[in-house]
Amino acid sequence: MRIPVSWLAEYADLPPDLTTEALDAALVESGLEVEEVDDLRGRVTGPLVVGRVASIEELTEFKKPIRHCHVEVGEAEPRSIICGARNFGEGDLVVVALPGAELPGGFRIASRKTYGRLSDGMICSARELGVSDDHEGIIVLPDGEVGADARPLVGLDDVVFELAITPDMGYCFSVRGIAREVAHRLGVAFTDPAAKATEPTATEVPPYPVRVETDGCTRFTLREVRDVDANAASPEWMAKRLAQAGMRPLGLAVDVTNYLMLELGHPLHAFDRDALEDVMVVRRARPGETLKTLDDVERMLDPEDMVICDGTGPLSLAGVMGGQTSEVGPNTRNVLIEAAHWNPVAIARTSRRHRLTSEASKRYERGADPALSLLAAQRAAELLVEYGGGTLVDEVADVDHREPAAPIVMPVDLPSRTVGVDYDRELVVSMLEAAGCTVVGGIVKEGTVEGGDVLTVTPASWRPDLTDPADLVEEVVRLHGYAHVPSATPRAIAGTGLTAAQRRRRRVARALADNGFVETYTFPFVSRDRADELGLDEKDPQREAVAVLNPLDDAAPLLRTTVLATLVNAVRLNLARGARDLAVFEEGLVFQPADGWTDLEVVELPVAKRPEDEAVAAAIRRLPVQPRHVAAVLCGQAVPAGVDAPGRAVDWADAIEAAEVVAEASGVTLDVAQGEAAPWHPGRCAALRVDGVVVGHAGELHPEVCERLGLPRRTAAMEMAISALPLQDLAPAPVISHFPVTLIDVALVVAESVPAGEVEAALREGAGDLLEDLHLFDVYRDAKLGEGRKSLAFKLELRAADRTLTNEEGVAVRDAAVAVAAERFGASIRV
Amino acid sequence: MSTENENEAGLLRPEALAEAVKQAAAAIEAAANLEELAAAKSATLGDKAPVSLARRAIGSIPGKERGEAGRNVNAARAEITAVFEARKEILEAAEAARILREETVDVTARTPRRRQGARHPINVQMDRIADLFAAMGYAIGEGPEVELEWFNFDALNIHPDHPARTMMDTFHIADGKGEYGSNMVLRTHTSTVQIHTMLTQEPPIYTVAPGRVYRTDEVDATHSPVFHQTEGLVVDEGITMADLKGTLDHFAKSVFGPDAITRLRPSYFPFTEPSAEVDVWFAAHKDGPRWIEWGGCGMVNPRVLRACGIDPDVYSGFAFGMGVERALMLRHGITDLRDIIDGDVRFPTGLKVEE
Repeated sequence: MRIPVSWLAEYADLPPDLTTEALDAALVESGLEVEEVDDLRGRVTGPLVVGRVASIEELTEFKKPIRHCHVEVGEAEPRSIICGARNFGEGDLVVVALPGAELPGGFRIASRKTYGRLSDGMICSARELGVSDDHEGIIVLPDGEVGADARPLVGLDDVVFELAITPDMGYCFSVRGIAREVAHRLGVAFTDPAAKATEPTATEVPPYPVRVETDGCTRFTLREVRDVDANAASPEWMAKRLAQAGMRPLGLAVDVTNYLMLELGHPLHAFDRDALEDVMVVRRARPGETLKTLDDVERMLDPEDMVICDGTGPLSLAGVMGGQTSEVGPNTRNVLIEAAHWNPVAIARTSRRHRLTSEASKRYERGADPALSLLAAQRAAELLVEYGGGTLVDEVADVDHREPAAPIVMPVDLPSRTVGVDYDRELVVSMLEAAGCTVVGGIVKEGTVEGGDVLTVTPASWRPDLTDPADLVEEVVRLHGYAHVPSATPRAIAGTGLTAAQRRRRRVARALADNGFVETYTFPFVSRDRADELGLDEKDPQREAVAVLNPLDDAAPLLRTTVLATLVNAVRLNLARGARDLAVFEEGLVFQPADGWTDLEVVELPVAKRPEDEAVAAAIRRLPVQPRHVAAVLCGQAVPAGVDAPGRAVDWADAIEAAEVVAEASGVTLDVAQGEAAPWHPGRCAALRVDGVVVGHAGELHPEVCERLGLPRRTAAMEMAISALPLQDLAPAPVISHFPVTLIDVALVVAESVPAGEVEAALREGAGDLLEDLHLFDVYRDAKLGEGRKSLAFKLELRAADRTLTNEEGVAVRDAAVAVAAERFGASIRV
Repeated sequence: MSTENENEAGLLRPEALAEAVKQAAAAIEAAANLEELAAAKSATLGDKAPVSLARRAIGSIPGKERGEAGRNVNAARAEITAVFEARKEILEAAEAARILREETVDVTARTPRRRQGARHPINVQMDRIADLFAAMGYAIGEGPEVELEWFNFDALNIHPDHPARTMMDTFHIADGKGEYGSNMVLRTHTSTVQIHTMLTQEPPIYTVAPGRVYRTDEVDATHSPVFHQTEGLVVDEGITMADLKGTLDHFAKSVFGPDAITRLRPSYFPFTEPSAEVDVWFAAHKDGPRWIEWGGCGMVNPRVLRACGIDPDVYSGFAFGMGVERALMLRHGITDLRDIIDGDVRFPTGLKVEE
């Protein structure tokens, strides 16, 4: 809502010394957010004066007709000025920017030679001055003093505030509402613009026959003006204010309705009476009915939409936008002014349904003042008569279905209890009255008043947002001033800090960062092609994804089922920006559709009371499962080639190590087994298991995946479901033996296909409790071992808690270990 | 007696021994390195050295002279040995110094062997906020990102026809047929966690919930469809707006420095009444100290309490929600939000934030 200060000042008695900053503060303290202060006074700098055209010489030798004018600007001699416009004559008053002036857009006026003549200034159009976008011709002023500052005459002497209006302050979509708030805040007098007209009484016969057939119409009023010049130019003051408020002047009838909507917050509509046929009917639309609205869109109406009709069908989408057939046109002589009030919810639905927001719908949706309907129509009619001639018809229609506002009972001390400020009763009552409420002490019951510690509060007709005691509390604290709310020292309560899962999340992220991974995050939106790019099998459950109905990017409508699916985007971005060696990770949610969710009923949950636990559980069952995953991607060099070493390229083992970092930080032991899963290289993929459950995969990405995603060959990656990792409970302490360690090496020959990890597991199992540690230190292949065989050399570290092991004991452990490996894989000791 | 023996006996003469010592000392002193020293040692103390030959000659002289001759030879030998040891010490020290000199490297000619990792500043920021509130006794709340509309709207007093429902530009989840009506959205605010918390816990409730939220804003310098908020919720007996203000002041100091104070401006949120926008005085702003918009807050609307089964006549509460990105941008003078969100590793590695 744009509001010029001069318009505001007409209804709020602003102090003469009020600064723009002070007014800004008053608006903000009232809850009206100032989005922009548009100081029109600074729009044109330098001399801008009223001039009188003394003579015009038509220059015809150029491509377009040019005028060479002499213009009196209050100096000894008239100025010579070249002008391309033709909508003025000798003797007209015009606006002249003299050399030294600067127009919007940094356009400096200077004396210069053009079209062979001196141009010593410029005759301005409204658009050139930034007053409106009118560039039909230059401004011709109705009156003015030659040589005087022209700014006040074109509306450039004002400051315009652009305000954001919150949904609960619909009444501030008007000068009336804003003036009321500002006057209260500054402690100055408020004059209600509604008092400019007197509400007439409805007559037996309306000016036009009307039938209201829907309860969505709270009030419907009509006034009529006959033989009026509906398209007369609006008076200067009205056109100026409309332009300042950001509306184009369009002719008297439309301008008057717009002007009053801005001033009173009540939308109006002007019909061409002669374009109407039969009876005017206000009803819900019928199935299949259509209406071409003023924005030139043919709309299929919904049976919930309210329409104003005549014998030909719908004329107007009630409360939202007029239609094209009954509008005021160039030949309109008789104007029917309609001012109605509509159910806000119905208007909101229609507006949403047709994706059509208008100045009217914005106001109706947030609650226009139904007490003003007929007053607004009356004032519109009076303005039409005053500026467009014609006769105000005696008949008045007022179909009034208003209900009295429901009173709210509020304990007097509720504001104090809620806010922590000791408001006395008098202050509470006066603030509520300042909000326009009628306040009675005690509970009103059948005409009698009981009890003294409560207030019965009836909100004003323009405050439909006030329905609950809490709403009244806000009015008290707001009108008294939020600045009075004190700051109480926060109370400390007995908390238990982060949960184990939350601590683990942090440790995982910190551990990966400490191990050289950079944390990043990506938007979880993926394309339908991503599953193919990742090489997911047709039956891979990770293809089952939740879709966004209205994605920002139509090419990426799905929610990710793996973090890798989007993390690769960050890798690509960094590669595109010149990075080569990367190690990144992301922790975040993935989204897996719940089993059979589409077949589950949508459970409606109540809001007036707490829903039953079963109902909540049933409703939540339809939500996607949203586990937290961590994924990492590495490419390029793991260790860069340098002055002292050749470096080392990233490989599959780096990805497994990343998974081990996660496992270690999570306090779980990871079993790494040969695996096979997309998007990994089928021969270089590890299945990561904890307690026998697969929690993720790690390894080198499939070369085709790298190719499709534009990743370097040999890019490695891992992904783990951290929410699937068991949380540590009370873990037993390790036994620290003080006896010496016994080292035994054993080399086992097995078939090439046997994974080392499984041989290791077998040795571990066979060795038993005396085995302290075991690791693979050599893999050896030789023709002597036989075709397709390899030798795996392990070092066993043995130790007992209570004694030094003898050689015999050591050999026995080794043999037991080898026996298991031999039994399981046919492993034999290499000799 | 052979001539050889006579010659060797001649070595036992004191003058001869003195001469041998003198020559030996000269030879040892002349050794320039440990190798030459070893040769010198062999020449002056070895089997063929004069003092060694002299010792062997002792047997060839008369018994009564042997004692003195032996003492003289030993003294001479000891003298040479002392010279040798002294020289050896010097040469060893020189050798050690040479090796160190030769091993000298240019320590500035180095290739890093370690990758530099980093946490993302947004997540660090959220952890710090969680820590601050955990220190005040708060729990850290969580909730899903794909959310039922009831949690995102209805329970928060945003009924289907509420104008605020269109204010929030919501990503809707498609139903099974790819149409509207799944009843699910990507949560538009962390206020959903308020509802999860109140449905599952009895007051007193002190919870803060940092998390990711979604709105249909195109990416530009100040907008992102995916961003982060911190929600706060307190429900207890006798909670007032003054408690809210005090908590926000405390919060503001931890994020914006000890000079930070907050200012409340009337505003509107369906789930709080009264509602306020929070401005914070930020002294370290890159363009000078000023009030900046920080977030929204208010007293929990009794309708919200009722929807969660909490009696508003017994309990009251406050809630607040702050943008995490905005605070980070202000604190560090970041002018383009895209630097934070686009995944460039130079942002986390370049912006050091205290954890």
